[in-house]
Amino acid sequence: MPLLELRNLSVDFATASGPFRAVDGVDVSVDKGEILAIVGESGSGKSVSMLAMMGLLPWTATVTADVMNFDGKDLRQLSPKARRKIIGKDMAMIFQEPMSSLNPCFTAGYQIKEALRLHLGLDAKARQKRAVELFEMVGIPAPEERLKAFPHQLSGGMNQRVMIAMAIACNPKLLIADEPTTALDVTIQAQILDLLTGLQRDTGMALILITHDMGVVAETAERVSVQYAGQKVEEQPVADLFATPHHPYTSALLAALPERATERHLPTIPGVVPGQFDRPEGCLFSPRCKFADDRCRTVPPVPASADLGFARCHYPLSVSAEAEA
Amino acid sequence: MTAPVVVADKLTRHYEVKRGLFAAPGIVKAVSETSFTLEPGKTLAIVGESGCGKSTLARVITMIEEPTSGSFSIGGVTAGPDTQAQLRTDVQIVFQDPYGSLNPRQRIGSILEEPLKINRPKMSAAERTAKAREMLALVGLRPEHFDRYPHMFSGGQRQRIAVARALMLEPKVLVLDEPVSALDLSIQSQILNLLVDLQERMGLAYLFISHDLSVVKHMADDIIVMYLGRPVEMGPKDLVFAHPRHPYTKALLSATPVADPKGARQRIKLEGELPSPLNVPPGCAFAPRCWKAEARCRAERPELEGAPQSAACFFPEG
Amino acid sequence: MAETTASTPTAAVARPGRLREFWYYFRENRGAVMGFWVFAAFIVVALFAPWIAPHDPSQQFRDHLLQPPFWQEGGSLAFPLGTDALGRDMLSRLLNGARYSFYVGIVVVAFAATGGIIIGLIAGFAPKWLDTIIMRIMDIVLAFPSLLLALVLVAILGPSLTNAMIAIAIVLQPHYVRLTRASVMSERSKDYVTAAKVAGAGTVRLMFVTVLPNCLSPIIVQGALSFSTAILDAAALGFLGMGAQPPTPEWGTMLAEAREFILRAWWVVTFPGLAILITVLAINLMGDGLRDALDPKLKRS
Repeated sequence: MPLLELRNLSVDFATASGPFRAVDGVDVSVDKGEILAIVGESGSGKSVSMLAMMGLLPWTATVTADVMNFDGKDLRQLSPKARRKIIGKDMAMIFQEPMSSLNPCFTAGYQIKEALRLHLGLDAKARQKRAVELFEMVGIPAPEERLKAFPHQLSGGMNQRVMIAMAIACNPKLLIADEPTTALDVTIQAQILDLLTGLQRDTGMALILITHDMGVVAETAERVSVQYAGQKVEEQPVADLFATPHHPYTSALLAALPERATERHLPTIPGVVPGQFDRPEGCLFSPRCKFADDRCRTVPPVPASADLGFARCHYPLSVSAEAEA
Repeated sequence: MTAPVVVADKLTRHYEVKRGLFAAPGIVKAVSETSFTLEPGKTLAIVGESGCGKSTLARVITMIEEPTSGSFSIGGVTAGPDTQAQLRTDVQIVFQDPYGSLNPRQRIGSILEEPLKINRPKMSAAERTAKAREMLALVGLRPEHFDRYPHMFSGGQRQRIAVARALMLEPKVLVLDEPVSALDLSIQSQILNLLVDLQERMGLAYLFISHDLSVVKHMADDIIVMYLGRPVEMGPKDLVFAHPRHPYTKALLSATPVADPKGARQRIKLEGELPSPLNVPPGCAFAPRCWKAEARCRAERPELEGAPQSAACFFPEG
Repeated sequence: MAETTASTPTAAVARPGRLREFWYYFRENRGAVMGFWVFAAFIVVALFAPWIAPHDPSQQFRDHLLQPPFWQEGGSLAFPLGTDALGRDMLSRLLNGARYSFYVGIVVVAFAATGGIIIGLIAGFAPKWLDTIIMRIMDIVLAFPSLLLALVLVAILGPSLTNAMIAIAIVLQPHYVRLTRASVMSERSKDYVTAAKVAGAGTVRLMFVTVLPNCLSPIIVQGALSFSTAILDAAALGFLGMGAQPPTPEWGTMLAEAREFILRAWWVVTFPGLAILITVLAINLMGDGLRDALDPKLKRS
């Protein structure tokens, strides 16, 4: 049984101009000790689906799902209080902006010890010991001193390490990293990604990596799920996805990478991601897809079989990416 | 070889920052002694991590800020307070954040016409509108977009508008400060193609500021790699990417993730963090993080040496 | 809880206009909507008072001195809210009083806002020394209790409604200066201002064409709130005999005139007081709603 299983998850927001479907029938399943990457552009609902699962969305959101299981528990049946107990303990999350994820009024040490007190009920001495241990685990030099530092006294990379230390404080079974390195420099990004994969290997937790960076995906993930405009359009093991993408969107996205360019002009995807006001009738990608025909524009496709990467497409591709480009 | 359109000579920009009531003010050395030349129709990319001074350099070249010392010229005219008005139309800028760079209370048409209104007061209103509409078409937007407000556009479209505005005065040099890093991948390639087209058509020189090496590799002719306010390596793109000579360039290249899961590579792991530009280490600024550093590196500062690919290192590679 | 995923909504929803979006957020605050309707009624009354009012506000009915409201014994429908000590119709005087309050509000806000915005813009763009001088002067003005300062100013200028308005406008001005300066400071560092600078825009153009339109939201809110402050202060000055002079049917002045009859005729003090209370409360509620709707930081989406 997978550690986390979501079936047909949808999230609707009530906005000034009527309802908006941010997540549309997404399935996610993660096994113990696995690294799943969720890739998508802004507006693809990749963060929202995870926040919905954790119950962290504002009241304007309506969440529906057929299955929402974590570690054998049905999250839909849990009271908000019981759900909060799981979040932060068995399931932790780190965010894009390390600077604003930490409270600037308290020291890094106070904040991590607070998490330890709430979830594990350790006494002061044990908390200090565990905090130092955690800081060492995430590679923060001179941990005793850094515990006394305020977030603004630490760099972005250090703050992200503190966030990771807080997230793994209670040995979570699942860590969700939402664009953990987007705000960081390349050399620091490499350090943090190494740290995350190293921790994942050592502790055996599962890791969901939400990102828009194909390079990060290629170097870190084991399995990749591609989202577009709130829908999951494809899911494959990482090597297969980069070699033979089955959905035209994935294929076009890979072709648009500057590093894969063969000439001065890059292959592009015309148009923009559909927003609240211009959602197409059939396949959501059809207005931008070069293979689209009338069927695509009128009939919404259903996911294909597993060997076609569950591609949500009427005509899944099966040529290699190189031949495509 | 054509005459360069921008010549920068030892540009330096320092900021004074207050450090509490009684402490002496600190000096942030944002950019120090940076020299380069840029030819028409070419792209010079400046890469580096945050705090390396690349955006400050962009602001100095765009004459938003004055250099503390050093000088630069555009089209042979040395920039200074006297020539500001003359050079104003020759250099324009496109910013990173397409959401902050357009005035939310102005219609697209008036955003595009504003530079003409200010700099070509003799131009008639009809002529201005015609030019603005022409430019709108040139960057790939539709005529009906002319009367809309910025909030009705997506990030990619806004960046097109920002490019159009920068081109209204027919500048010789366009400074692009991270023009695509706020955009989605599928939009990024559209904007990059637009920039390539415009450069070919109008013979523009680009000063392309970016931290994304894969974009730089695609766009640039020449590259300057900066670290803590100083160029550490400079040269033609192909040489720098193929055989980086400065250890920092090498580390930067190896840290950039590549979208190819099969290519398992050995990454150079850099220890530590970027030092604050408030107290740049003496000697080579990269020495504290460098695996090759020796006593000499910590005491003396290496100068940029070698041509065509120069590096500021005592022990360059290759 | 589970729900079958229906196909995506087919009808494309039209993008809402700015006004509609504003109304959506404004509507959520019920107090604000109520305040808005009361304020609208207040404006209508102020505009059409001479036609709505049953009597001339200064006409004295000598046979009906201190007549109670119609539902009390001795009252009549000819004077629905009774009469005052000189036999003038309370309702007519209240309706006409709305004109003065409205007039005071408009004039004071217009003067205070115009001056405050200009000084604030100058302070926001000026070199540091000038900015410091302007802001210290504003701090000094703010250091006085506002009503006391207004009283002093009126005492110097002489008591009249015009002078009271001038005094109140001067007292309210620093709020606008501070607000404008703060918004200018935060807008000035944005890229679109730099872009205008790169396009060659001069300081005056930057101030009024580029930056000012983007600072207006908080100023509009402040305008609504100080509208009520102005009415309240004018009434207070009137009550102290330093504002509008009798027989002007200004609410504060009416209160002052009726002071001695508090125990004998409750209506002569209660109704002007209620009028002030309701108007000020309505405008304040509306101002809060405006703030919710205009301040992007408070927006939920």
